[in-house]
Amino acid sequence: MGEWQRKHLLGLKDLSREEIEVILNSAQAFKEVSEREVKKVPALRGKTVVNLFFEPSTRTKTSFELAAKRLSADVVNFSSSGSSLFKGETILDTLKNIEAYSVDIFVLRHSVSGVAFYLSQRTTSSVVNAGDGQNEHPTQALLDMFTVREKLGSLENLKVAIIGDIYHSRVARSNIWGFSKFSSSVYVCAPKTLIPKYFDNLPCKITYSLKTALSQAQVVIMLRIQKERMKERFFSSQREYVKYYSLNEENLKFLPPEALVLHPGPVNWDIEIASSLKEKVSNLILEQVSNGLAVRMAVLYLLAEKRSYEVID
Amino acid sequence: MAYREKSKILGEKEIEKIIKRLTHQILEKNLCLEEVCLVGIQRRGVFLAERIKRLISEIEGKVLPLGVIDITLYRDDLTAIGPAPQVGKTEINFDINNKIVILVDDVLFTGRTVRCALDEVIDFGRPKRIELVVLIDRGHRELPIRADFVGKNIPTSSSEIVEVRLKELDGKDEVVILEKDA
Repeated sequence: MGEWQRKHLLGLKDLSREEIEVILNSAQAFKEVSEREVKKVPALRGKTVVNLFFEPSTRTKTSFELAAKRLSADVVNFSSSGSSLFKGETILDTLKNIEAYSVDIFVLRHSVSGVAFYLSQRTTSSVVNAGDGQNEHPTQALLDMFTVREKLGSLENLKVAIIGDIYHSRVARSNIWGFSKFSSSVYVCAPKTLIPKYFDNLPCKITYSLKTALSQAQVVIMLRIQKERMKERFFSSQREYVKYYSLNEENLKFLPPEALVLHPGPVNWDIEIASSLKEKVSNLILEQVSNGLAVRMAVLYLLAEKRSYEVID
Repeated sequence: MAYREKSKILGEKEIEKIIKRLTHQILEKNLCLEEVCLVGIQRRGVFLAERIKRLISEIEGKVLPLGVIDITLYRDDLTAIGPAPQVGKTEINFDINNKIVILVDDVLFTGRTVRCALDEVIDFGRPKRIELVVLIDRGHRELPIRADFVGKNIPTSSSEIVEVRLKELDGKDEVVILEKDA
């Protein structure tokens, strides 16, 4: 049985396979809590969790909030709109001010890569990265892995295809780090313009053909085209993208029938996935959402222990 | 810290007899088995509860519902113990409202584990009554808690450890006292 010693969860890149297993095993136990009559356990009583979201989010934020509440922690939600950031306060000052209320865990989302690491070095509280720019979104990948392990029984030696907006996706990066630690091979698939050059150095295979990515894959992770982050054009038209990279009845047949189709949400129907497949894939995508709650409860629980660390400033 | 075995208190035969006696005591007190269910406390309490369940089905021909609880999330010392302890399985997939819950554990010591277990059981519903069965009562209570059925009382000093070993987990049935290596 493994042990958890970390103070922060910043990404899956640095986690060992054993540490990932500790989180997934704990999540298994936490899943049961949400099926009880009283969906609450006293594990984090007296702890304070602050959701610090500098970027819009529905499911991640709700999920972390509910996770903290089901563990009996006190939760404060901070969102950047309407905050003093507009008066010129820096994020470090914002964090320091909230930290003065004796916060135990910060759940942090920001549009710039590395912010979670930056702040974790400057606070005595724990930091959970809930998505930093294009870097990592560890709890999303953990819930994907949890769902896959639950459905397929193992994470070993799978072919995992990640398809869509790889360029902007922190989910893709976290999943690459996560799945590759279990000797699974991860394929990323997108138009050339949506796969950065440095992906050559990540533990994944690159393909521009949807057919290559799908054939013999046990797991397919479809990613959202992040229009809000596309300041320039990455493909000539949406129609062209849909033609070559959208999952539909036609190309679904390249996929083994028992393969899992995951999506971190929100889905742009008829762009990443044809709406005719809605009935077929929706159940699992919703299961991912409920698994996300269990995974986040596990993460908060594991980080909640108070340890003193040196702060560099 | 190293511990060495000081003495063996119970062997396989004795444990078997004690569990039989405890089962009969439970049956004697609870004539209406319809409303009785068993809940074992992880980890060895679960195996003891399974043995009691098997004996009851042999004696009375009735298979009682059996639940499992892990009290980790209800502990009052979460921050005091080293690395985060891994949370085990909790599973009570039957209705405990108005039932008589027989809680089973291996050793009764400070009473804190039982306090956690009581809180956790109550989160699943409102039982008519909760009764406690333990294989060993070693004293040193820190809370006003007592067992309804005790296998054996063993007076100990607080520096000693009572270790229950069961076939299902440890390969053999025995109860030993360990003490700190000087």
